[in-house]
Amino acid sequence: MSFPFHRSWRHGAAALTLGLLSSAVYAQETFKIGIVSFLSGQAAESFGIPAVNGAKVLVEAFNKGQAPAPYNKVGIGGMPIEVIYVDEAGGATKQVQELRNLYERDKVDVVVGYVGSGDCLAVAPVAEELKKFLILYDCGTPRIFEDNSFRYVFRTAAHATMDNVALSRYLKARKVPVSSFNLINQDYAWGQDSRKDFILSMANLYPDAKPGVDQLPKFGAGQYGTEISALMSKPADLTHSSLWGGDLQAFILQAGPRGLFKKSQVVLSAGDHVLPGLGNKMPDGTILGARGAYGLMAPPSPLNTWWWDTYSKAYNVYPVQAPYRMAQALMGLKLAAEKAMAQNNGKKPSTEMLAASLRGSEWMSPAGKIRMALSNGQQAIQDTAIGRTKWSEEKKMVLLEDVQRFDAECVNPPLNVKSEDWLKSGFAGAKCK
Amino acid sequence: MQLALTILVDGLSYASWLFIVALGLTLVFGVLKILNIAHGSFYALGAYMAASAVALVNNLNVSPYFSLLAMLLAAVALAALVAPVTERGLLRFFYGRDEVLLVLVTYAMFLMLEDITKLIWGANPYYVSEPYALFGNLDFGNQSYVGYDLLLVVLAVVVGSAMWWGLNRTRFGKIVTAVIHSPEVAASMGVKVSRVYMVAFSMGLFLAALGGAFTAPMISVQPGVSVGVIIISFAVVIIGGLGSIEGAAIGALIVGLARAFAVHLMPVAELFSVYVVMALVLMFRPQGLFQRIQARKI
Repeated sequence: MSFPFHRSWRHGAAALTLGLLSSAVYAQETFKIGIVSFLSGQAAESFGIPAVNGAKVLVEAFNKGQAPAPYNKVGIGGMPIEVIYVDEAGGATKQVQELRNLYERDKVDVVVGYVGSGDCLAVAPVAEELKKFLILYDCGTPRIFEDNSFRYVFRTAAHATMDNVALSRYLKARKVPVSSFNLINQDYAWGQDSRKDFILSMANLYPDAKPGVDQLPKFGAGQYGTEISALMSKPADLTHSSLWGGDLQAFILQAGPRGLFKKSQVVLSAGDHVLPGLGNKMPDGTILGARGAYGLMAPPSPLNTWWWDTYSKAYNVYPVQAPYRMAQALMGLKLAAEKAMAQNNGKKPSTEMLAASLRGSEWMSPAGKIRMALSNGQQAIQDTAIGRTKWSEEKKMVLLEDVQRFDAECVNPPLNVKSEDWLKSGFAGAKCK
Repeated sequence: MQLALTILVDGLSYASWLFIVALGLTLVFGVLKILNIAHGSFYALGAYMAASAVALVNNLNVSPYFSLLAMLLAAVALAALVAPVTERGLLRFFYGRDEVLLVLVTYAMFLMLEDITKLIWGANPYYVSEPYALFGNLDFGNQSYVGYDLLLVVLAVVVGSAMWWGLNRTRFGKIVTAVIHSPEVAASMGVKVSRVYMVAFSMGLFLAALGGAFTAPMISVQPGVSVGVIIISFAVVIIGGLGSIEGAAIGALIVGLARAFAVHLMPVAELFSVYVVMALVLMFRPQGLFQRIQARKI
């Protein structure tokens, strides 16, 4: 006789518990973000892990409401942010499947990710087809929005054309004499695009300068002895490189002792991220960029000071370009989502509303203002900066001196103009101070 | 003339590094008949161990030349610690099985070791470039080479000669040769085949680790260094003939020189040059330059 009683009691308790749980769950509705970056492989150390580290400290600050205004609301519009991290390693096919998993299995509201240009090109059409919100935070190829039209896919960082335009403008502004230049870039989309952009930019600003030795080692080569010999056998005034990560570090460690940096002015389009690790092994006087006004070249502001201190305290190293780009993506997302929520009576916005809110928007990041100005408001432009390395014995770190910042309109193509066409037109429509 | 000399020196320097690594790969295949994909991971582990060892030496305030000894000992320690566990604890259970299965097993090891390396040393890079500056620079015409690069040539000659002498002029070498030809007959003659396998695998692992250890001062040691080396090492041993020491030497030399020619004269064909040589060799000698055609056992 006691069994039915027990069963009904149990059912009642279970119903009560479920009711309490469901109300708790309702009260704790979260904003789910899938973050995809390299957690393993060759891009992890330089780009993936620093970016994910940046996301972790920033999301923690957002969830505690500890970020400076206008990012000081808890989570996103009061909803705690929940993050799922996914490894970008494994190739484009795997990433397409992982993206579907994030949207369909994990039910994320937004995916923020992708360092590899090949991955970006592969996943963007999938998100568009699914009508799901996707922010590309890092990859550089201009082709994503120049060859396609998207409504739900955004890139919150400038594309790679800016880097080499800024480098060549810096050389001109600083009156660096260049009658010839050599090149060493990786033999894949990033390296080849960078090489082409630099050659076209130099043709505008140094029409008499001729490209000489043109090396295209494979990605992850590690050994550059032969390439360095080739560069030194026909030394040019300038040596340009868009190498990054372990490849760049190995190149510097091998080329430095052989005197390449003394024989030729070396310019690195994306070299800032190797400075903390290399320390005094980084030759003085190297001209380099960071793919934005990031790290040591970031414009001073309370927001940048907060970001620098927060990241440095958490990881014992200052933030370089990758965490900065992640931060500007998450900050743009937070503001766009909160704006859309305000228009949706405080409720979580639909993908359509979120996209409308981010499209064409502007926000302040630690690296300055980000404007979704190109490709119908889906592609960002931003200011950038170039500087020259100098080891500080006192601070025991590499500093950047002679830093020059360039306005976004000076180094990015105008609206509806493809990068290559813009470079070939002699930077038509560029607005430089 | 200057260009020819530069190509020769560059080719030799690259070939030396490649030979040390490829020698281990070909030795393991020759004795154990394993195409060891995890060889690249042992190379990376050697680099990490050497990075830690050199950092230790730097903290001891002893002569910087001790860092070379530390790198050597790091490779020895790695081989002594990891090889018996890997060979006795895992690989021996797959002997006699399909070679494709063994490739898959070593590929799984490769993936696991990548993560284990990251768990131990993290994802941040290690720099131990101090040994790279120990031997100053040497000038050849308009080129300035780092002495350390040329030390690798000497190291490769010493390692290759020692290996050849050990296999061809010692009693243990004769036993290894007997095991290579027929493990069953060798066992029936009283040879402890399992011991030979373990020693051969340890030597192969040591050579991979040695290559990694002596490369560490030239690179930033970080996740991913294992990938590139294994692919190019396979090209070397395929050109030379799997299981042949002479083949590994000639294969490394051919790859080094072909690559140096391409980098100096047609940079866009750098990778193509290596694999076109490999394709040509396979076209005329599918078994590689130094491997004899073997009768299939039934």
